Amino acid sequence: MGRVKNLIELRTRRGPGKKSRKQAPPEVPKSVEEPEEAKKFSRRQKQRLIKRKLRKDIASQSQIPKKVKKITRKDEDDDELSLGSDGEGKEMDSSGYDEESASPKKKNLKQVVDSDSVDSAAEEQSDEDSEEEADNSEEEDDSDEEDDSEEQDDSEGEDDNDEEDDNDEEDNDDDESGSDDADEIKGFTDENKAWLTLKSEKKKLEESDDDVLPDDFAGDSSSDEESDEDSDSDDEDGSDGDDDDLLPVERAAKKLDKKLKRDKKLAEAELQMNISQKETYELPSGQEIEREVIEPPDLTLLHQRIKDVLEVLGDFNNRRQEDRSRREYLFQLKKDLASYYSYNDYLIGKIVELFAITELIEFLEANEVQRPITIRTNTLKTRRRDLAQALINRGVNLDPVGKWSKVGLVIYESSVPIGATPEYLAGHYMMQGASSFLPVMALAPQENERILDMCAAPGGKTSYIASLMKNTGMLFANDANKERVKSIVGNIHRMGITNTVICNEDGRSFPKVIGNFDRVLLDAPCTGTGVISKDPSVKTNKDMLDVQRIVTIQKELLLSAIDSVDAKSKTGGYIVYSTCSILVDENEWVIDYALKKRNVKLVSAGLDFGRPGFKRFRERRFHPTLEKTRRFYPHTHNMDGFFVAKLKKMDNELPKSKDKTQQETEETEEKDEKVKKQKNNKKPKKNK
Amino acid sequence: MRPLTDEETKALFEKLSKYIGENIKLLIDRPDGQYCFRFHRDRVYYVREALMKRAANVTRKHLVSFGTCFGKFTKSYKFRLHITALDFLSPYAKYKVWVKPGSEQSFLYGNHVAKSGLGRITENTAQYQGVVVYSMSDVPLGFGVAAKSTQDCRRTDPMSIVLFHQADIGEYIRHEETLT
Repeated sequence: MGRVKNLIELRTRRGPGKKSRKQAPPEVPKSVEEPEEAKKFSRRQKQRLIKRKLRKDIASQSQIPKKVKKITRKDEDDDELSLGSDGEGKEMDSSGYDEESASPKKKNLKQVVDSDSVDSAAEEQSDEDSEEEADNSEEEDDSDEEDDSEEQDDSEGEDDNDEEDDNDEEDNDDDESGSDDADEIKGFTDENKAWLTLKSEKKKLEESDDDVLPDDFAGDSSSDEESDEDSDSDDEDGSDGDDDDLLPVERAAKKLDKKLKRDKKLAEAELQMNISQKETYELPSGQEIEREVIEPPDLTLLHQRIKDVLEVLGDFNNRRQEDRSRREYLFQLKKDLASYYSYNDYLIGKIVELFAITELIEFLEANEVQRPITIRTNTLKTRRRDLAQALINRGVNLDPVGKWSKVGLVIYESSVPIGATPEYLAGHYMMQGASSFLPVMALAPQENERILDMCAAPGGKTSYIASLMKNTGMLFANDANKERVKSIVGNIHRMGITNTVICNEDGRSFPKVIGNFDRVLLDAPCTGTGVISKDPSVKTNKDMLDVQRIVTIQKELLLSAIDSVDAKSKTGGYIVYSTCSILVDENEWVIDYALKKRNVKLVSAGLDFGRPGFKRFRERRFHPTLEKTRRFYPHTHNMDGFFVAKLKKMDNELPKSKDKTQQETEETEEKDEKVKKQKNNKKPKKNK
Repeated sequence: MRPLTDEETKALFEKLSKYIGENIKLLIDRPDGQYCFRFHRDRVYYVREALMKRAANVTRKHLVSFGTCFGKFTKSYKFRLHITALDFLSPYAKYKVWVKPGSEQSFLYGNHVAKSGLGRITENTAQYQGVVVYSMSDVPLGFGVAAKSTQDCRRTDPMSIVLFHQADIGEYIRHEETLT
């Protein structure tokens, strides 16, 4: 008793559960500064964005409007002082102008500046400074951020590249500052000398600081800012002192040019850095692998690595590591996929072989997602339109499955259990995967034929065949599993099918029980690699031995299915082989085997979609007509992985090379292999 | 698989006649072919003769079902109709009961039908008459026995049972194992 109590205690936990954790109080943004959009970017991206934007702004607008502001102010001064000789200004302008392609507006502005600057420089100086400060203050805020971020970048960056960038920047700064100094020395008036020199010195000092204390954000940023400010004011001053030298606007433009160049360099470096990051993806070392064996896998890391390896494999020549071969990458990829999607090594190997690298992930992802529920209308009892209406009235959201089927409906959502509605119980529809319509459509049963469904349970395909035959003719539904046969009985009766005999034979013994069928449908037992989304246990519990075993059964079943068909049938003589597996071993290989063993040939399945089967696969070479078979994949057709092949029996006689009296169904796999090898280069024999 | 003995045939026909009356002969004389009843593993199957002959190829052990299963003989040799026979009962049924959508579900879970769930009922249904049950949209749901005659049904109070449940199509899910 005490044990029971303990167990219960273990199970129930009190206190704040997951829910309380999940539902944190909604966060109200504290500041308005950061826009919502920016949050989507990573921090660095944000910084880059701001930087870029700022630079653009500076390049395009900042110089002119700023000047305009100042100058308009000056214009006012002009009026007050009633000074200004345009002619003079123009002359000077022409002398000062060299390479810039300034707008006429700019020119005018300059003229004004020049004209008044000569006289009123001293008086304006103090005013201007204060104005400028006001003007710049806005700018400062922004650029402060920028610089801050830069500095943080640098301080955080551990890469060599980063440091290099840093150095580059500083170099540039130095250059600039040097030139600035020169300008300053020229341009100073006596009054300004004192504080201007001081600032430049200060700047130098702080630059030296920069090297020592890279994480002193505030000081640095301010210093940079001040230097900019300095230079601006310098320009003004310079215009005062040396009229014959460059005009202030020009100087500013030059400086901007320089800055742009520097930015470009930076951007390039950044770009290089990014590229190099991509290129330097390295496969994990032996130690890392060892560590992973011990520790539980880190899914995000795995995912990233899968992505990286896929990228490398996408452009192998350029992105590979020199000393690593493709095989190593593939090995790593397989291992990672296996642990990420939890497949066993054998199956993931098979899947990797089957798909192109780009398709591989799509397929694996599709296997994680459930396929939509589809139902098939029972045309013996109702029509699709009526059924759809009845179900819609019950609150089911549905749609026709596609142009290729007139009886299928896709269920998107339903407020009632779709497998227990009165319509279902009355046999108006059958729950059935879209993929299981296909073999029946390929079989194309006709009325009054004799048809065998060899592996029928749970009777979905059987009932579809019966409804296509309109309850005429004879339909034999067989399944080897006694328990599963019961589901056939239920479904057949529910659907109102009366032309069916249900038996519980081993399919391999079938031609002995009853033969001479017009058509045979063999939906062979398989590993179920096409329906992993339905049954994920396939991922781990199928290995090579299982596949081999099942392939043998499939081959035997197919031969016995072919033997059950009457080649002389007026309407038929067809065999449809289908599996819900995507492995070549279970599909093309089995068909190829039958083509060699029996007088059959492949005919078009009559399905206008799906991918053609493989004519060759890795080391195997199949009969060229195998492209008439059809493959369906979860990621391309949104139905279960499926394979359909339609064979026409040409002759009841066995091919000559085979001993007629011998029963091939009793052969073992090894024997088959031997025969295959002998026949490998020969074309399978066919008469007619 | 074998033909029914006289005794078995009598038991079967008696039972069937409770639901479809003299329409039994329509089951046997069909324009679209010869049909017959066959006994296989205590169960009675109604099957086209041509199909029956083919089904004879399968050994008794491995033959699970053929045609339509009508019902089974109990150990005491009484015949019991299965829901699988509904497809042949409903077209020929003489007395019918329609249940309202509300009690449709209740009937499909194996419950009797109360007066409140009764939608319609064939005139002059006698008490203990075998009837086929339909939904209001004329989908056959099963069969049962009228607990009260039509006249009595009019008078009785809403909660009293008017139809005893015998079989319903919900059994396809509930009793899939024992259908055959």
